[in-house]
Amino acid sequence: MWKFIVRRLIITLPQLLLLSLLVFFMASLMPGDAFTSQIDPSLSQDAIEEQRERLGLNDPWYQQYGRWVSGVAEGDFGTSTAHYRPVTDLIWERMINTIWLSLLSVIFIYAIGIPLGIISGRWNDRLVDQIITGYTYLGFATPIFIFALVVLFFFGFTLGWFPTGGSVASGLEPGSFEYIVSKLHHLLLPALSIALIGVVGTVQYLRSEIIDTKQKDFIITARAKGAPESRVYNRHIFRNSVLPIAAFFGYEITMLITGSVFVEQIFSYPGMGNLFIESILIRDFPVVTAVVLLFGLAAILGALLSDIILSIVDPRIRIK
Amino acid sequence: MSNQQTEKVIEQKVEKSPSGLSIFWKEILRDKLALVSLLFLVLTTIAVFGVSILLDKDEIVRVDPFAIYEPPSELFLLGTDQGGRDIFGQLIIGTRNSLSVGILVTIMSGFIGIVFGVVSGYFGGHVDNVMMRIVDFFMVLPNIMIIIVFVTIVPKYSVMTFSLVMTAFLWMGIARLIRSRALQEKELDYVQASRTLGSSHMKIIFTQVLPNIMSLIVVTMTLNLAANIGIESGLSFLGFGFPQDTPSLGTLLSYATNPTTLEQRWWIWVPAAILILVLMLAVRNVGEALKRAADARQRRAS
Repeated sequence: MWKFIVRRLIITLPQLLLLSLLVFFMASLMPGDAFTSQIDPSLSQDAIEEQRERLGLNDPWYQQYGRWVSGVAEGDFGTSTAHYRPVTDLIWERMINTIWLSLLSVIFIYAIGIPLGIISGRWNDRLVDQIITGYTYLGFATPIFIFALVVLFFFGFTLGWFPTGGSVASGLEPGSFEYIVSKLHHLLLPALSIALIGVVGTVQYLRSEIIDTKQKDFIITARAKGAPESRVYNRHIFRNSVLPIAAFFGYEITMLITGSVFVEQIFSYPGMGNLFIESILIRDFPVVTAVVLLFGLAAILGALLSDIILSIVDPRIRIK
Repeated sequence: MSNQQTEKVIEQKVEKSPSGLSIFWKEILRDKLALVSLLFLVLTTIAVFGVSILLDKDEIVRVDPFAIYEPPSELFLLGTDQGGRDIFGQLIIGTRNSLSVGILVTIMSGFIGIVFGVVSGYFGGHVDNVMMRIVDFFMVLPNIMIIIVFVTIVPKYSVMTFSLVMTAFLWMGIARLIRSRALQEKELDYVQASRTLGSSHMKIIFTQVLPNIMSLIVVTMTLNLAANIGIESGLSFLGFGFPQDTPSLGTLLSYATNPTTLEQRWWIWVPAAILILVLMLAVRNVGEALKRAADARQRRAS
C-alpha cells in the first residue's frame, strides 16, 4: 500500500508543475499585466515601458514564473484590478460559500445515489430498476444549466418556495439560528440541482458493480451458508461495492467545479464560480488567474486523495 | 466516472465482432427509439440547414424597437426577444450553429484523441505510461473554466477559434477509450504476424489496427457529439460561446438569466431548452444503439 501511495504522490508533483505552467502561460497571454496588475494602461508608452522594467516584466519568462510561483506559495495572488483589493481577500469570502455548496451537494449525491444504486442493482430489470435507469439515462443527457434553470423556474418563481438569489437573507445576525436556516434555505436549490444531475454517475457505477458482484463466488457461498438476503446485501455486497464509493468525492471535484460555475450563475449565489464569471466579464484577470489555479489545485488534490482512500478501502486497486 | 464504466464495458469485450454498416443498420431498425431518433436528427438537420439558407440572417438579428418581447403570434411564430428579434428564426439558425460546431469539435477532438490513444496503446510500456499521465492531467482539470479563459483572451475571436479552443481541452476521453482498446488489439495475432512480416509500426497502426477498432470510434464519436452539443450550449449560455452576433441555442437560454424572462416569457427560452434536450437525447439514443451493435454480446439475437 505504501508503495502505491508514494508512487501516486510522485505523479502529483509534475501535475502541480504542469498546472502552474499552464496557468502562468494563460496569465501571460491575458491583456495587461495579470500578475501584479500595477500598470495603469492610460500612461504613455515610455512610462509603461519604464514601469515594465521596474516590475520585472521584461525579465526572461522563467524568472517571472519563479517570482509568481513563490508569491502564490505565500498566498499572494496580486491585487484585483477592479476592486483594488488583494485577490486573496476577495476569494476568501466567496470560497466559503462555494465550500458549503459543494459540501451539501456531495451529501445529497451520497444520500440519493447510494440507495438508488443499491435498489437498482439488487432488483435489476424489475420495474423499479427500469425507472431508476430511465432517470439516469435522462439525467446523463441533461446539461446541468438547463436543469438548474427549470428548477429555479418551478421552485423559485412559480411555486415561490425558495429564494431565487443570494446566499443569505439580509439583516440577520451571523451565527444566529435564523441566519443558519436562511443560509440552508438559499443553498438547498443550487445544491439539489448539482446533486440530481451529478448523482447519475454514482448510480450507474453502483448498479453495474452490484450486478457484477452478486454473481461472484463469495456471494453464492454466503447464500449457500444460509445467510439471509438482507445480510448478503448489507454485509458482503456492501463492503465490496459500496465502500469504494466513499472515495469518489475527490473525483467529483471537477464535476462540482463545473456545476458550481453554472449553478452559482443561475441562482446568483455569491461563490467562486460566480466570482470567476464576474471577473472575466470585467476583465479582472488577477482574480481569474487565482480562481483557475485554486480550482485546478482542488481537482488535482481531490483526485490524489480519492486514489489514496481507494487504495486503502479497496485492495484490488493497488495491484493494477 | 462514466468513462471508467465505458472502459470496463469495452475491456470485457474480447471476442471480435463482425463489423460493418449492415450490423449498425440492423440494430437501429430493430430499436424503434433509435430509429425515431435518427429520423428526427436527419430531418432536423435537413430542415435547419435548408430553412436557414432561405432565412435572411441579417433580418433576424436586426433590432426592432417596436416589437420588443412580443408573445407568439402569426407574425412571430415564437415571439420576440428584448431586441425585437424573431425567436423562431434565431432558433433555426441557433440549431444550425450548435450542430455545426458540435460536429466540428467532435471530429477535431476525435482525430487528436484517436491518434493519441492508438499510439499510446499500441506502443505500451513507458510511452503509454507517459502519454496516459498527460491524459490524466488534462482530464482532472476544470476544463470548462480554462476554455472560458482562452475564449476571452484569444485574439480575433471567431467560430473557428472557439471550436479549436474547445477541441484543445476535450480530446482526452476518447484518447483513453481508444488506448485501452488498442492495448488489447496489439496482443492479437494479426499484429504480431504483420510485424514479423516486416510492416512498419505506422503501417500497422493506421492501416490495420485502426480499421479494426472503427466500431468503437464511431460509437464514441456519436456519444461525444451529444456531449459537445451540451458543452457548446453551456458555454454560449454563460456568454463565452459563439461571437455576439451569432445566435446559438445557448444564447437563447441565456436570456433566461433575466428573472422576468425566466418567469413570464417562456417562449424565449423553453423551445431552446427542449430542443437542446431532445437533440442530445436523440444523438445519444443513436449512439447507444450503435454501441449495442458494435458489441456482439449485447446485440440482440436475430
